Amino acid sequence: MTIMAPDRDPLITGIGLISCLGEGENAHLAALDAFVPVIDETSFAPYLVHPMTNLALDTQIPKRGDQRQMEPWQRFGVYAAGLALDSAKAKGDPALLERMDMIVAAGGGERDYAVDAAILAAMPKADDPDAYLNEHLLSDLRPTLFLAQLSNLLAGNISIVHGVIGSSRTFMGEEASGADALYIACARIEAGQSEICLVGGSFNAQRPDAFLHDAMGHALWRGPFVPVWSREAQGGGTILGSVGCFLVIESRAHARARGVTPKARIAGVMTDRCRRAPGQAAANAARQIAALGGTAAASAVISAASGGAGATAEERSFLDGLGLPVRAASTALGNSVEPSFPAAIALAAMSIGRGKLFPPLEPAETPLEGAPAGLFVTSWGFWRGEATALVVPAQESGRG
Amino acid sequence: MADTDHLGRTIVVVTGTGIITSLGQGQRENWHALTNGVSGIHRITRFPIGGLRTTIAGTVDFIPVAEPSAPAYAQRLAELVVEEALAESAIGRPGDFPGPLFMALPPVELEWPQRRALAAAAAVNDGLSYTDLIRAADRGHFEPWFERFLFGSVGEGLASRFGTKGSPIATSTACASGGTAIQLGVEAIRRGECDAALVVGTDASINPESLIRFSLLSALSTRNDPPSSAARPFSKDRDGFVMAEGAGALVLESLAHARARGAVVLGVVEGCGEAADGFHRTRSSPDGKPIIACMKRALADAGLAPDAIGYVNAHGTGTPENDRMEWVGIAAVFGERSGSLPISSNKSMIGHTLTAAGTIEAIFTLYTMRYGLLPPTINYDIPDPALPLDCVPNTARPAKVAHAISNSFGFGGQNVCVVLGFEPR
Repeated sequence: MTIMAPDRDPLITGIGLISCLGEGENAHLAALDAFVPVIDETSFAPYLVHPMTNLALDTQIPKRGDQRQMEPWQRFGVYAAGLALDSAKAKGDPALLERMDMIVAAGGGERDYAVDAAILAAMPKADDPDAYLNEHLLSDLRPTLFLAQLSNLLAGNISIVHGVIGSSRTFMGEEASGADALYIACARIEAGQSEICLVGGSFNAQRPDAFLHDAMGHALWRGPFVPVWSREAQGGGTILGSVGCFLVIESRAHARARGVTPKARIAGVMTDRCRRAPGQAAANAARQIAALGGTAAASAVISAASGGAGATAEERSFLDGLGLPVRAASTALGNSVEPSFPAAIALAAMSIGRGKLFPPLEPAETPLEGAPAGLFVTSWGFWRGEATALVVPAQESGRG
Repeated sequence: MADTDHLGRTIVVVTGTGIITSLGQGQRENWHALTNGVSGIHRITRFPIGGLRTTIAGTVDFIPVAEPSAPAYAQRLAELVVEEALAESAIGRPGDFPGPLFMALPPVELEWPQRRALAAAAAVNDGLSYTDLIRAADRGHFEPWFERFLFGSVGEGLASRFGTKGSPIATSTACASGGTAIQLGVEAIRRGECDAALVVGTDASINPESLIRFSLLSALSTRNDPPSSAARPFSKDRDGFVMAEGAGALVLESLAHARARGAVVLGVVEGCGEAADGFHRTRSSPDGKPIIACMKRALADAGLAPDAIGYVNAHGTGTPENDRMEWVGIAAVFGERSGSLPISSNKSMIGHTLTAAGTIEAIFTLYTMRYGLLPPTINYDIPDPALPLDCVPNTARPAKVAHAISNSFGFGGQNVCVVLGFEPR
């Protein structure tokens, strides 16, 4: 690993996290310290979902007009971005926000389920099904729905609501997009191409089209709640969870000049892909861990494993080989796809910040005594993409 | 000749390009049509157009795809332009590109043919709901669609085929995506992470719903007859953009690396600038501040004064709003030169290739400098007195250009400008 100037260290100075466990750092740590799964078993039965906590939207999205222009995934993201800016003491500082960069990991937006269903029901009976489709899309789709669907409009709404306008990039590609976003943000800061960046994403799991897509891949867990690693023995499967997560990442020099207290340092982010032939993902992960200083660099691992059959089985066997305590973030938050890696990083930064990892979430996980020296965060996408980050304490003398 | 720029950074050059638009496949066909004022816009035949307000587009209909869908078309177009770019650059070995992949891709979702098939499989007579579709999906064999309609699927296919290194990064900054992808490649080479990067922008997502969505925002031209007359950037009677498809690929490389292997340098990516707009979801700040900041940042990144720029490849969509705001920005940045600086819009001929526009138009900007010929803005029949610019009306014009700027401004307020140079300084 190259030694970089400490001034260019990427530090986490703001965390905005919302999920089924609640809102903000304290709520998440408290919920993880006394873990009880938060599950909605009925809305999408036989599947489960981790529902978003109740949000007082007005606190982060004051204009009702703005709220109306968004679908839930965008509201979650804009809300979490607002929390992150608050946490970084950057909210409402136009001079700072107008040069703040932004990278959002996004999927797609929601659909009008009633319109879809009505058209699908009537099309086969129509004289000219194609003309029927044209006619009804034209007359039944809400014109502004498009803006609530477009992947880049989460970023657009953050610019509008919070005024983050230095730059705006949206990355796509399921779990890997969250890791790509973190990687590019940190690499740009280390290289002096950026000073401060808002990074993250959001996912609304409580939507039929998300279930429809994953049902085509037979990816979903059905039946009573079982934690991620224990699920594996019963065939695996993913439980989706609604999450919004944004981080403010800035150079040490910039954070120092602003007088903000960093929460943690990102010592490295590595991303890669493979075709997932047996052993390939583990080989990627092994290279990443080695490049980040080997197992000695961290006290434990927070994994963003989805629970999906193949990948999570291989990840578990790889992590067992490291001999470090492991936590599966998705056991508590659910699988949130794009923001799953940023959210796991957020949990790592919170744990590092308070000097204590949260307790095991299931019997397969072992306790960690004492303050973690560093935490690896892993993301093996359900289908593609392997990423590892190392999160360590932020103090200036604490270089690992 | 130094290998580093005015800030001591690695100079990034282009050593290969590939292009497909509705004008045709490949550099030669495209450049010939573009500089002869040919329009690629035509009546839509891909799907029935009954009941639509806009019945024209720049679809790419000459590339066969086995199981058509937006991601399938996007991937196939990307494969072809990457092959052309790699052949020109002669970099790496087949299936082993020595650097990362940065893509501009449209968002992906299940489409109506798939939804209809799922509905048929659900076999519900009355009151069909998403619950029925989900049950049908779970019971049936739709696994190929699961992969095809993942956002990561096009990138995975390209990375796998061309052997690019690392995680393929797919950007979506609406109509600025192509510019963002180029900027990501430039930044990676400047950071010293790689000697070369593959950049591809591809968009082939014209289907009934995508067309209707833009139609409902009143963004599209409804001048359906004749189709070739619809895209009329900067004309007083412009009434919207024309959706189109296409793909562009660039091999970016450090100058030192290109020189060491004896590659032909086709042009230089001298600087990139970006700025977001917090004003409105579909409209630009009325003061043009983000557009102005974007162009100024690109010039500063390139280390050039506005006077050095000899040509602007405009975003020039042909919507009343875009062209007016782009002119406000250009007038502020270029001052009294604005009226005499050639500013043309490729979109008058190829339409708006959306996600791919930034890469396609950067490539055309490189050809403009390389061949010393400014592509025209066609359909410029009625000048707009509010936009007193030289849009190279209707006929191509020879000109020597050393530095040019390519503008991309997106819905959602994402703006990227790229400054391109004829040769290393």
